[in-house]
Amino acid sequence: MNIQSNTYTYIYSTVIVLIVATGLAVVASALKPAQNKNVEIEKKQNILTSLHVVSDAGNAEKLYSEFITDSYTLNSKGEKVTGVDPFTINLRAEMKKKPSARNLPAFEAKKGDSTFVVIPVYGKGLWGPIWGYVSFRKEAQVQEGIPHYNTIYGVMFDHKGETPGLGAEINQPFFQNHFNGKKVFNDQGKFVSVQVVKGGADPSSPYQVDAISGGTITSKGLQAMLDSCLVTYQNYFKSNN
Amino acid sequence: MKNLHLLLNPLNDENPITVQVLGICSALAVTVQMKPAIVMALSVTVVTAFSNLIISLGRNTIPPRIRIIIQLVVVAFLVIVVDQILKAYVYDVSKKLSVFVGLIITNCILMGRLEAFAMSNKPVESFLDGIGNGAGYGLILITLSFIRELFGSGSVLGYQLVPQSFYDHGYSDNGMMILPPMALITVGIIIWIQRGYNRKLIEK
Repeated sequence: MNIQSNTYTYIYSTVIVLIVATGLAVVASALKPAQNKNVEIEKKQNILTSLHVVSDAGNAEKLYSEFITDSYTLNSKGEKVTGVDPFTINLRAEMKKKPSARNLPAFEAKKGDSTFVVIPVYGKGLWGPIWGYVSFRKEAQVQEGIPHYNTIYGVMFDHKGETPGLGAEINQPFFQNHFNGKKVFNDQGKFVSVQVVKGGADPSSPYQVDAISGGTITSKGLQAMLDSCLVTYQNYFKSNN
Repeated sequence: MKNLHLLLNPLNDENPITVQVLGICSALAVTVQMKPAIVMALSVTVVTAFSNLIISLGRNTIPPRIRIIIQLVVVAFLVIVVDQILKAYVYDVSKKLSVFVGLIITNCILMGRLEAFAMSNKPVESFLDGIGNGAGYGLILITLSFIRELFGSGSVLGYQLVPQSFYDHGYSDNGMMILPPMALITVGIIIWIQRGYNRKLIEK
């Protein structure tokens, strides 16, 4: 057999491609269920993390059913939408729609005597998407005109490919803990979101947190993400008085 | 004896990074912290070893004109399989490595070893050569990430090593260590030290 000939080269490359393609298809479909399960468990763990519930891959599902009491899909007017599973909503696709046309997932939780709502957020970092969950504690007593869901109880952020040691630090507790207790509505009941400030946030301000040094673009992306995602929920927050 | 030589030689005398100057790009990218560096080293070792083995098994049948394409297809296949397995069974580790596992395909060490060794040697020797080169690459990656994480973030494998009292007395982490240029300088220093001990590497 002449391995230099054209015919041999064509047949050889065709056979190799067929073998590799079949192999990859088999591997991918065999591992798909395990991968999907991992993604689902991770999502539940993320929701729990934003509620300051520590979980691992083993107990995430049990804890999730223990703490999460209800989940629903909202529209931008704050009304519940039926027929859309909030757990499987693709936020990336929703963010491409007009704010008024988006399906907004919300997860209600109970921890001790307090009621919480967990809101998923999705935005752009420096190198790729960033996302997270923000949990709000329902306050029993509030001033007139200020929603019950105003104070952030906890947050969880993650990213696809931010710079390790710099922007990637948004998934670290030291950064996320800054958000605890911050507010998204000001004293007049106007939506202001949380600002991620470069070069030192005012510690007494309930609306500012420190940016990550060296991660300016990621920090700005995070601020834009919080603003653009949470603003669509303001009618829901206000209607909960 | 020859087989042992194949395994150990790439650790020092023929180290892929410091002597052959291959795989530098990924060594700069993944060494900010130790944990991803270790998993990257393991993944590269697995892919190098098995791609060497497969190419060596088929070395007499591969048409010379498309040999590079065939090598790439084999490497890409193995990298995707490794990536899928990491995603299914060690999901948290695979997330840490994100794009870097896919980038193994472009690692110069792989193509270098396939062209220079596996195309002209027997399967067992090629397999050992792959493991040796992966280990040599990993050795430098782990050393580099240790230095960078210790001085850049004050920790090793995520555990804080520099005590808080140092920071209280004015010590601060070296931000340069986190940036890629410092990785290149550190590789240079490692090469310098290695040649200081291993005189036969010095070119006359």
